[in-house]
Amino acid sequence: MPAASTSKSGFSADQLFRLLTSAFAAFIAVLFIVMLAVLWHQSQPSIDKFGFSFLISSDWNPVTDQYGALIAIIGTLLTTFVAMFIALPVSLGIALFLAEIAPYWMRGPVGTAIELLAAIPSIVYGMWGLFVIVPIMASSVEPWLYHHLGFLPLFSTPPIGIGILTAGLVLALMIIPFIASITRDVFLMCPQNLKESAYGLGATNWEVVKDVMIPYGIKGIAGAVFLGLGRALGETMAVTFVIGNAYHLSWSLLAPGNSIASTLANEFTEADGELYTSSLIELGLVLFLITFIVLSLAEIWLHSGNKKRGI
Amino acid sequence: MKKMIFAALAALTLGFSAQANAAATINGAGATFPYPVYGKWAHAYNKETGVRFNYQAIGSGGGIKQIKAKTVDFGASDAPLKPEALDKAGLMQYPMIMGGVVPVVNIAGIGAGQLTLSGDVLADIYLNKITKWNDARITKLNPGVNLPADAIAVVHRADGSGTTWIFTNYLTKVSTGWAKNIGNSKAVAWPTGLGGKGNQGVAAFVSKVPGSIGYVEYAYALQNHMASVKLLNQAGNAVSPTAANFQAAAAGADWAHAKGYYMVLTNQPGANSWPITGASFILMYKSQKNPATAKEVLKFFDWSYKHGADMAKKLDYVPMPEKVIKMVEKTWSADIRSANGDKIWK
Repeated sequence: MPAASTSKSGFSADQLFRLLTSAFAAFIAVLFIVMLAVLWHQSQPSIDKFGFSFLISSDWNPVTDQYGALIAIIGTLLTTFVAMFIALPVSLGIALFLAEIAPYWMRGPVGTAIELLAAIPSIVYGMWGLFVIVPIMASSVEPWLYHHLGFLPLFSTPPIGIGILTAGLVLALMIIPFIASITRDVFLMCPQNLKESAYGLGATNWEVVKDVMIPYGIKGIAGAVFLGLGRALGETMAVTFVIGNAYHLSWSLLAPGNSIASTLANEFTEADGELYTSSLIELGLVLFLITFIVLSLAEIWLHSGNKKRGI
Repeated sequence: MKKMIFAALAALTLGFSAQANAAATINGAGATFPYPVYGKWAHAYNKETGVRFNYQAIGSGGGIKQIKAKTVDFGASDAPLKPEALDKAGLMQYPMIMGGVVPVVNIAGIGAGQLTLSGDVLADIYLNKITKWNDARITKLNPGVNLPADAIAVVHRADGSGTTWIFTNYLTKVSTGWAKNIGNSKAVAWPTGLGGKGNQGVAAFVSKVPGSIGYVEYAYALQNHMASVKLLNQAGNAVSPTAANFQAAAAGADWAHAKGYYMVLTNQPGANSWPITGASFILMYKSQKNPATAKEVLKFFDWSYKHGADMAKKLDYVPMPEKVIKMVEKTWSADIRSANGDKIWK
């Protein structure tokens, strides 16, 4: 077929392309709104019954039909925080090592290994967490924390290996490959002449990283971190295996807890009764909003940072 | 070349449709607990008759939802529906297969059958009232057994499940504290403990956490070589979880007077009755729009009652007693009708 720049109807290929791509983009916006609307609509019975108290009540009792999301919300935020706390420095370190410090023969294989790790399904991380990480946590890491730092409320419950801390750790291991592989690519894009000029001015390796590479790639790094953050917030199977799935409010990271996603995975299939189902859907809505708020805050922070740095 | 592909495709399609005409497909959904045995029966039945039996193990709650939405020919649930709920939906139910729920422990030096608990002690462990293995109430039941001073780590199901329904039903019957504060449901507000996902999740937690106690279906306890616990039954005897003792619980049950087969086999009388026994149920509409399919469903379950007992035993399930099967088939013939009132099962 001859490639005509204009079709009979008078549309140029350019216009068609523009139309098509904007339709694709609009599809995302529509999807977002439809999902929000459906979640909102289906959680009406629960919103009507519990109102705002749904968010601050720690009751979750299918027998008496009392539902509150507080424990699941705290569990979700805490595990994500623990995961980011561990994953952020480690993955930045991996990326810097691979982009700057590692000998050339090492960069390819290790880089590929990290990308492969990022492709492992989360349920594998969950099972591995349960069968490998949990016994290690139960026998050495958590007892140490409990005996030496047990005076802090954070480590004040007896160590059993299953709980918020282990869930956060498994999440961290899961998102490190994500953040590290993208961040490495970002570092590699830093122009050579920028780095060389800095070295030429007498900057050390660390100063080049801190003052040239990180500021240059901050947007990309932030993007990688958001991806990891989003994944950690919504992760289901890996967390379900090791968090302990218990509705108890505790300050301690060693205690079992629950997250929104694992509550949904555990209870949705057997939820009978309108209020139960609708409370679970409202939990989904809450997770949707938490993710939205966290990512928006991160975006805002990034933009304000840009102004300070004058980018 | 194109012609050949077309001919091959046509032959394939014809072949498939011919097969589809010859063999009906039965669709069902529900409880995960009986799934292995239903699958086994379906395979054997398909070989014999060519009828395909398609069962989605989506959970009891899902099974009830699906049959109410009329997307399946039958639903399956581990917890029986109350007669009023059945009448409201125009459904009938009958028991298909039985099994037992078994408390298992992980205490150093304690093997299967070496620890004995009573119903109210078990309830108080799950209520967090008994928190140490050497509690006086436990040692009193176990003279001569060396119990450590370790804390008890309670493990329960995290997901809603028929197993939990049976377990909490038992605790509700034997402990007023449990009945008042927690109750009987597929998911409850556990006062303490860890939640494992599925039987395998509970089994994994119990085997990983020292000093723990959990509850799993009998087959899981056997296959994972877990230390099961003896329980004091209603007659006051300490019984082990065995197929014979599950059957003892079922034999004593008065199915004839259970309206709509609403029968829970927990805490049954009888010297050897295992107190946490349960049946899994099939749900069908009383008025069938498609009598031919309904008949296929009944034919399958009839075949399973009559030829499936050995297969069930091999998978550590307990088949229904002869007496009950006769009653159920009478109910089929009386209750299940086509839209114009004809009997479907004769």
